[in-house]
Amino acid sequence: MASEIMTLNMGPQHPSTHGVLRLVVELDGEVIQKITPHIGYLHRGIEKLSEHRTYHQALPLTDRMDYLAPMHNNLGYVLAVEKLLGIEVPERAETIRVIMAELTRLKSHLVWIACHALDIGAMTVFIYAFREREKIMELYEMVSGARMTSNYFRVGGLSRDLPAGFESAVQEIVDTFPGHFDTYEGLLTKNTIWLQRTIGNGVISAEDAIDFGISGPALRGSGVDFDLRRDLPYSGYEKYDFKVPVGENCDTFDRYKVRLVEMREAVKIIDQAMKRLKPGPVLADAPQVCYPPKESVYNSIEGLIHHFKIASEGFPVPEGEVYQGVENPKGELGYYMVSDGGSKPYRMRVRPPSFVNLGAIEKMAKGSMIADLVAVIGTLDIVLGEIDR
Amino acid sequence: MAENNRAVVKLKERFANALLDCKEYRGEVTVTVKKENILEVLKCLRDDLRYNFLTDITAVDYLGQDPRFMVVYHLMSIPNKDRIRVKAPVTEADCSIDSATALWNSANWLEREAYDLFGVDFKNHPNLVRILMTDDWVGHPLRKDYPLQGPDREPYKGRLS
Repeated sequence: MASEIMTLNMGPQHPSTHGVLRLVVELDGEVIQKITPHIGYLHRGIEKLSEHRTYHQALPLTDRMDYLAPMHNNLGYVLAVEKLLGIEVPERAETIRVIMAELTRLKSHLVWIACHALDIGAMTVFIYAFREREKIMELYEMVSGARMTSNYFRVGGLSRDLPAGFESAVQEIVDTFPGHFDTYEGLLTKNTIWLQRTIGNGVISAEDAIDFGISGPALRGSGVDFDLRRDLPYSGYEKYDFKVPVGENCDTFDRYKVRLVEMREAVKIIDQAMKRLKPGPVLADAPQVCYPPKESVYNSIEGLIHHFKIASEGFPVPEGEVYQGVENPKGELGYYMVSDGGSKPYRMRVRPPSFVNLGAIEKMAKGSMIADLVAVIGTLDIVLGEIDR
Repeated sequence: MAENNRAVVKLKERFANALLDCKEYRGEVTVTVKKENILEVLKCLRDDLRYNFLTDITAVDYLGQDPRFMVVYHLMSIPNKDRIRVKAPVTEADCSIDSATALWNSANWLEREAYDLFGVDFKNHPNLVRILMTDDWVGHPLRKDYPLQGPDREPYKGRLS
């Protein structure tokens, strides 16, 4: 019987490619010989658009990239702009940012475990994880009015303080989520089907992971002990006590374990941050950059003019260039901002974690079965909104 | 100051002729080198100074200046928990630079993106084709002389309000 290589097209409309990812897979029987990813179906030109908007107007573009972790995208952006401006953020704003960032990590990882498990055939986890994710969506709505495109952070702090009832809602999450994680582990960690589908799947060694620029949980799953929150801290992360989980076998199962521990650690960070939260201002004392309080805008002509000037002209940013990387749930999200001294970014470059991680897909899946490719896509935890930007 | 940075000291020693500029801004060290020497500099940073992780490759278009483009590399040292930025100027007439794919595999897609959106030609790249735009796209959208609304539409004149 003659044997020949078969070319199979997967996506862009495919339930397990997590968006509009298209893979052209060359198969020898069921064994993968070559994978050619095609991306760009969701390219909106966010980097180009930002060059034509003021710094505040460019902020809502960022939460449309990784729409599963919008607040983290905002965080990297505002930190980069604040670094350019050289302004300090009040402690309360910094702490609230950490709380929201870790809630976002939970939210993103919940979608990951739900979809990853569903792809491999465990549907129950999907239903449970989305139930829990809804709690965090409610918190998002509470603080920002939007469930996904939050745009809650501002250059210099936050758009407003936390609403009443937020603390008790977060306390409920801190109290109940570890029990929910036990449920997921009960459904998966000793499940024979889960183990057979994940152990030894998508192996990438530590050297290869660094060579391919993999970051985030996928890098730690390959045994590299590196976390930006601990090693190059930002937004006051050095004040929190948390563990950085590291895998040993560099496979899908280890990345699963790393992300589960990260979720438990995120709950601990939220708990610590809630205890640190003290009353105070949530916007920096930098009137040339920050919007005035609403009472002043509505009741005084000076406040109205101040608001109008910032909204219409923006604020000038000193000439220079900075890079700010944050530990997004997917990996290292970086903003490289170049300013020419004007009120619009001269160049905003986003270093997308999913884009770089996806570059290693052929390395991870070559030689395995076509069915395992679905598990590799799931374990990379990609979001096409951020890959294509 | 940038002069005291151990990487800068070492680079000054080894590549005195290739170094165009080094400065520190907001605690970040930037080294500008001649594009002919970019691979040697990156290799030295990777092997001798333990900047083992290539975070990002991108370009900036300084339209109206000569050289017009700046190719920007962000390196990170996982063992030393440290970052450095390397830049190399590229002229419009000879818009090319050596590919870093020989040093890091992560350079593959990042350089394809810079080629796609800026038109910088990375020499010896294994597969330098467009990545975000369609294969038959004309022009490089992130260049400053590429109009925001696209090449064949009326320019946006702002809101009427």
